[in-house]
Amino acid sequence: MNYQPVIGLEVHVQLKTDTKIFCGCSTQFGSEPNSQTCPVCLGLPGALPVLNKKVVEFAIKAGLSTNCSITPRSIFARKNYFYPDLPKGYQISQFEDPICQQGWLDIQVEGAELKRIGITRIHMEEDAGKLVHGDVSGLDDGSGVDLNRACTPLLEVVSEPDLRSSDEAVFYLKKLHQIVTWLGICDGNMEEGSFRCDANVSVMPIGSGTFGTRAEIKNVNSFKFVKQAIEYEIQRQIDLIEDGGTVVQETRLFDPNSGKTRSMRSKEEAHDYRYFPDPDLVPLVIGDDWVERTRQGLPELPEKRRLRFVTELGLPEYDAEVLTASRALAEYFEAGVEAYGNPKLVANWVMGEITRAINDSGTSIENCPVAPSQLADLLKMIDSGTISGKIAKTVFDGMWQSGKAPQAIVEEQGLVQVSDSTHIESIISEIMTANSGQVEEYRGGKEKVFGFFVGQVMKASRGKANPTVVNELLLKMLNG
Amino acid sequence: MNVFDMTINALHHALKDKKISSFEATGAMLARIESVEPQVHSFITVASEQALTAAGAADQRIASGDCGMLTGIPLAIKDIFLTEGIRTTCGSHILKNFMPPYSATSWEKLQERGAVLLGKLNQDEFAMGSSNESSAFGPCRNPWDTSRIPGGSSGGSAAAIAARQATATLGTDTGGSIRQPASHCGCVGLKPTYGRVSRYGVIAYASSLDQVGPLTRDVADCAVMLEAIAGHDPKDSTSVDTPVPDYSATLALGVKGIKIGLPKEYFIDGLDPDVQTSMQSAIETYRRLGAEFVDISLPHTDYAVATYYLIATAEASSNLARYDGVRFGHRSEQAEGLINMMTKTRSEGFGAEVKRRIMLGTYALSSGYYDAYYVKAQKVRTLIMNDFIRAFADVDVMLTPVAPTPAFKIGEKINDPLQMYLSDIFTIPVNLAGTCAISIPAGFSTDGLPIGLQLIGKPFGEVSILQAAYAFEQATEWHTRKAKI
Repeated sequence: MNYQPVIGLEVHVQLKTDTKIFCGCSTQFGSEPNSQTCPVCLGLPGALPVLNKKVVEFAIKAGLSTNCSITPRSIFARKNYFYPDLPKGYQISQFEDPICQQGWLDIQVEGAELKRIGITRIHMEEDAGKLVHGDVSGLDDGSGVDLNRACTPLLEVVSEPDLRSSDEAVFYLKKLHQIVTWLGICDGNMEEGSFRCDANVSVMPIGSGTFGTRAEIKNVNSFKFVKQAIEYEIQRQIDLIEDGGTVVQETRLFDPNSGKTRSMRSKEEAHDYRYFPDPDLVPLVIGDDWVERTRQGLPELPEKRRLRFVTELGLPEYDAEVLTASRALAEYFEAGVEAYGNPKLVANWVMGEITRAINDSGTSIENCPVAPSQLADLLKMIDSGTISGKIAKTVFDGMWQSGKAPQAIVEEQGLVQVSDSTHIESIISEIMTANSGQVEEYRGGKEKVFGFFVGQVMKASRGKANPTVVNELLLKMLNG
Repeated sequence: MNVFDMTINALHHALKDKKISSFEATGAMLARIESVEPQVHSFITVASEQALTAAGAADQRIASGDCGMLTGIPLAIKDIFLTEGIRTTCGSHILKNFMPPYSATSWEKLQERGAVLLGKLNQDEFAMGSSNESSAFGPCRNPWDTSRIPGGSSGGSAAAIAARQATATLGTDTGGSIRQPASHCGCVGLKPTYGRVSRYGVIAYASSLDQVGPLTRDVADCAVMLEAIAGHDPKDSTSVDTPVPDYSATLALGVKGIKIGLPKEYFIDGLDPDVQTSMQSAIETYRRLGAEFVDISLPHTDYAVATYYLIATAEASSNLARYDGVRFGHRSEQAEGLINMMTKTRSEGFGAEVKRRIMLGTYALSSGYYDAYYVKAQKVRTLIMNDFIRAFADVDVMLTPVAPTPAFKIGEKINDPLQMYLSDIFTIPVNLAGTCAISIPAGFSTDGLPIGLQLIGKPFGEVSILQAAYAFEQATEWHTRKAKI
């Protein structure tokens, strides 16, 4: 029998606010354990949460960018369970009436049609702390609790079970990742856990209208692992059914080393979280004006921008796609176009030299040492004939190393293009004299030798001779 | 006059006129505490040293000409308020050695005004009780008859006033925990409107009901204390940003022409005859003063106690989850492994009444029962609120008894939780409605036990109930009687 996988994703997006969701402590990653804590995030008796407005703003941005409606009156709830990394014995989250509801994202897997994936809800919540085991200074074989991460703001984005393959899941995830980083509300760092995913996976016979029993795979932390985990889980469930077994509802953990999932707890062991509205926080009322103001302030989203690059700037689909991979890249490109014009040429340089240099040096477009205006200046120097396209690459390397303006590099290194025909004619004469054999061959009809002469002239001029002038004069003198 | 008999107002004038120093007043108060404490046990912690240091600082302030109403006044507060550097137990074994790293906003406000903290007052464990018998540090006793309970949960806060161990105190009121002990101990106790006083740094019992309030010798002192602690706190999202009136300035406006509602559901057959007599005579007093009485109805009163014990326990079950032995407070020494450690810590650390309420609340929130209990209780709470809104369309304040009987004997109801819960039947609806009420002395039983009357105000109507209370106090002498201790 053939099976149809059904997948829904729950993504935790850590928000890039300076301070925590319910207190003023810093959200900085990697600090000394428990150095970023206060009575509120330590869950001390008597401490009370106060909502960080920035978190709400970010949530509204995420909601509007994923076509959600913003709930006018949303409620915080307590999710109760005991664990040492959960200081209050409950997590402040949202249950009924989350801030964003009923959205969608369109995805397109290569070679397939555009597909709309429903987003059930997006809600705000606080993160828990972290347990540290074993060989930590001051810990004698025991376990310690680091509460720096406790109370950092998260969005949980819950999709409908609309995904039908691991590829679709990964495309959806990448799209969501692109949006939240594009909005600047998440740093997108999956290794540090800023963007992590739980996958609900089930299978059903193709044609069946009823979903199979699902397993939830917890905390999968890279696109690659999401694909692996889902594929493994699909196969595991199919094998189980084929062998006459039944899938049980449970929570499973993905092990990146083996590529397998294993059972963590069954439905019977599942927590009863006893959700109820948090009496310490008043209902969050979001007026239309706030939503509208946020909508106005939203950046042009990747999809819209990609389209505009094609329709208004005349870029090929491929270029537009590459240049909208991140907001910083798109913005760099557009700044270059603004300063220079000719979008296709700027695109070639951004996708070529700049991307290469970024990859080679391991930096990012945000830290690119060559400003878009400097790139424009460089291209203008080619157009004016000051340097050749080839020399421009040398100048670019100089700019990358030193951060200097192209004019300065050209001057310092004496790279100004030679277009003066008398000077070039004298070079050509010398070369023709030194290579009389090749001159004879050319004149005898062996036109391929022409390239040899171009090379010699460029070499003799150390690349500075204007190639158009060289071509012109060579033709004249060789044939003369 | 003894320093420990004085009101805030009287002591303030003595301090201002340099007839006494805060250091002397505080010393006298500490001596008084020492002498009566064996009989009353109002305190869990007496902070003598810190108190004398603070008194010295207050004297310097006074010497420099800065003598506010509370500068140098020796106060004591319920052990539910966090006090930086002074142990805070909440009446529980689980916090027996808890030293808070920060202070409650309400206490900070008093401290800024130069008040001196004598110590931390006895209470029911985690404010769960009506008799102070659930304190892990032993019961507090009623100064009028030490075989009786002082009321609860702020029993120590009321007893310390009656036994003249503090000039004024702070308590908290979740279902009557300020008003009922105030009534039983013959002092003034105010539960402000929910949101009027910050809850930050007050150990939570039931967050949607808890409210901080003063207990004092008279109504004028109550106004002074409320002015000091009221106001918006950016650290408490449920505190309301509305201006704090000058309560003292409007006290003497009288009750002529005001309409007082008498809710028929509060004058029931089972009411103690002495309580009934006191209410009748209070009504006559108010009539004489020119107030008008209106019979009103709060039809959902019968459901208040049940509603309260679902909502309060549900919130408590969650609020008390943080006492898990991981970060602070008691941790079981016999435990092995994580779950065992948490279980044992909580089993050892919490007393019977706290466990009972955690279990009730956990049950009410459990999947499959949530709608039938918690959600239903919230709906009834709305009905109770609406009762008050409707009734307040016709009256300015309401007059009711505080408790159905005067103080009962220690041990009398300890094994009958339902009987115990019913002693808050007249105070609980006010917490559910989120409005304000005051308990003031209104008579004595034939056994010589104090009886209080309750004046209920509209939300943020503290001005009206303080006025009405003050008028009554001026016309009567109940508040001047002293417990013979």
